[in-house]
Amino acid sequence: MRLYWEVFRHGYRRWATYRAATAAGVFTNTVFGFLRAYVLVAVFAASATIGGYDRSDALTYVFLGQGMIMAVYMWSWWEIALAIRSGDIVTDLSRPFDYQAYWLAQDLGRACYHAVFRGIPPFVVGAIVFDLRMPESPLTWVLFAASVVMAVCVSFGVRFLVNLAAFWLLDYRGVGAIATACGTFLSGFVVPVAFFPGWLAVIAHALPFRGMIQVPIDVFLEKESGGALFVMLAVQVGWAAALFAAGRLVLRAARRRVVVQGG
Amino acid sequence: MAIIEVRDLSKQFRVARPREGARGPLARVRREYTDVRAVERVSFDVEPGEMVGYIGPNGAGKSTTIKMLTGILVPSGGRLTVAGFEPSRQRKEMARHIGVVFGQRTQLWWDLPLADSFTLLKHIYRVPDERFAANLGRCIDTMEMAEFLRTPVRQLSLGQRMRGELTAALLHNPEVLYLDEPTIGLDVVAKSRIREFLTSLNRDAGTTILLTTHDMGDIERLCRRVIIIDRGGILYDGDLERLKARFATERTLVVDLEEPAPALDVPFATVERVEGPRQWLRFQRADTSAAELIAAVARAARIVDLRVDEPSIEDVVLRIYAGAAKGIAINDPSPG
Ligand SMILES: Nc1ncnc2c1ncn2[C@@H]1O[C@H](COP(=O)(O)OP(=O)(O)OP(=O)(O)O)[C@@H](O)[C@H]1O
Ligand SMILES: [Mg+2]
Repeated sequence: MRLYWEVFRHGYRRWATYRAATAAGVFTNTVFGFLRAYVLVAVFAASATIGGYDRSDALTYVFLGQGMIMAVYMWSWWEIALAIRSGDIVTDLSRPFDYQAYWLAQDLGRACYHAVFRGIPPFVVGAIVFDLRMPESPLTWVLFAASVVMAVCVSFGVRFLVNLAAFWLLDYRGVGAIATACGTFLSGFVVPVAFFPGWLAVIAHALPFRGMIQVPIDVFLEKESGGALFVMLAVQVGWAAALFAAGRLVLRAARRRVVVQGG
Repeated sequence: MAIIEVRDLSKQFRVARPREGARGPLARVRREYTDVRAVERVSFDVEPGEMVGYIGPNGAGKSTTIKMLTGILVPSGGRLTVAGFEPSRQRKEMARHIGVVFGQRTQLWWDLPLADSFTLLKHIYRVPDERFAANLGRCIDTMEMAEFLRTPVRQLSLGQRMRGELTAALLHNPEVLYLDEPTIGLDVVAKSRIREFLTSLNRDAGTTILLTTHDMGDIERLCRRVIIIDRGGILYDGDLERLKARFATERTLVVDLEEPAPALDVPFATVERVEGPRQWLRFQRADTSAAELIAAVARAARIVDLRVDEPSIEDVVLRIYAGAAKGIAINDPSPG
């Protein structure tokens, strides 16, 4: 356990060294938040609610999403694939630790840094300029935080699997592009899943990506309560667990037929 | 009891290659597979405390063997045990008993200061505080690492990094240390520093070391025993001195005569080269001694200066590789 705590801290510190990049990232995320917000302001001038979201729900949705993208990190992350490709994975594979748990701990450390330094600033700026919806119940804050952690786990589960594809496919980036597209749209990052046409909403509900963005935001907006809220969170946790299990199985299969590149 | 036991170890890699003549979109689908036999029925034992050189030309199967010994690669056939463990099945348990340095890879964290990598490794291998401090202290002193401990790994020179790699592999007091080309790309000073360190490690801590290298200097300084492998199979396993005695049979006498002369005609020697007053005479150890040959030359001409060239270990190995390529077998029936 001590090891994974150290790895978590290492994951945090790795990013903490890049202060200028953090500032630039915050700026970009905030600017994009404003662009998206003004589009929505125009849309909501025409109708009061869409898919159960009113104007201030939608604006809150945008700034929460902008704050969460870096913490959830749904876009390109290739550290494991690159290590497989270069053969550097041999060192990690010859160490006495759980490879998946090692990377999860590191990713949670990273997410912790990103949530605080890339997540909170765009949201605070958005809250100052626009009228955003804040949770009514204090418990909601706790559930939201827990759901964001789970969102990172779901995203990690997907990224871990995609990276492992590099054991079999020399061109792993193809799989990555598909996963990135799914992550961007089916997670509800661009627009809430509630805005989707029926068939696409069915697909989105059947896949794990919703757990990366939509679920935590709906928790924050208190869209569900009681049993429905519990089910929504349970499904998110279930996906995280299923993805971890799949990652372990694939890693074991990869090990058995592992081909480590290069002398 | 042997600490490393390898029996009939084999590894084949299945590699895809496009089908002959296949073109167009199906070329990638309809592929043929060929098996590359990287290691084929290799057997050897290493006793605790030995320092063994595992050498062979490029592509011989050295790195593949080491990967199987560390449990990273699963063998296609044969058995092996290391420190009582079966590497591919008990990789994690075994990991605490072995250390590895792949000279072309790094096990350090690229973006952290060197010292932080050591701290992470301390936790990974669960090294107790005191032992960690003692081991690290010894490495820092003997390899003079104090001045770059706080430098991020990506800024270290190759020689500095290699000292860091060795330290990283030794923090948990492994019984067995594998080194795959640990001196690659290092200058002479760095090389000798690492060789000295390995010698003292082997002598003082009794660490068993299996070393691959293309630098015969490493082998001559460090290893009493060598295993030579080529195309997946063992060509020689035994004493380095005996190898030299068997294959370093040809010596060369270089004489400077008082004045230029035509090629000398002396028994048991062939003149290889004449350059003004200097002549190179090749002779077999079994045919004649250097003293007899010098006496014979002195009878034919006046000698100003002379020296006897022994074949270097490099020449010996070169001859063995070349012989193997032509299918000439060399067997040493009594491995070291
Ligand atoms: N991942 C792989 N896929 C296919 N073939 C491989 C793979 N790894 C190694 N080989 C082949 O196995 C053989 C042995 O390779 P290996 O890396 O063990 O050689 P080596 O003795 O370490 O050589 P070098 O001195 O060049 O490092 C080579 O023919 C190599 O092409
Ligand atoms: Mg090699």
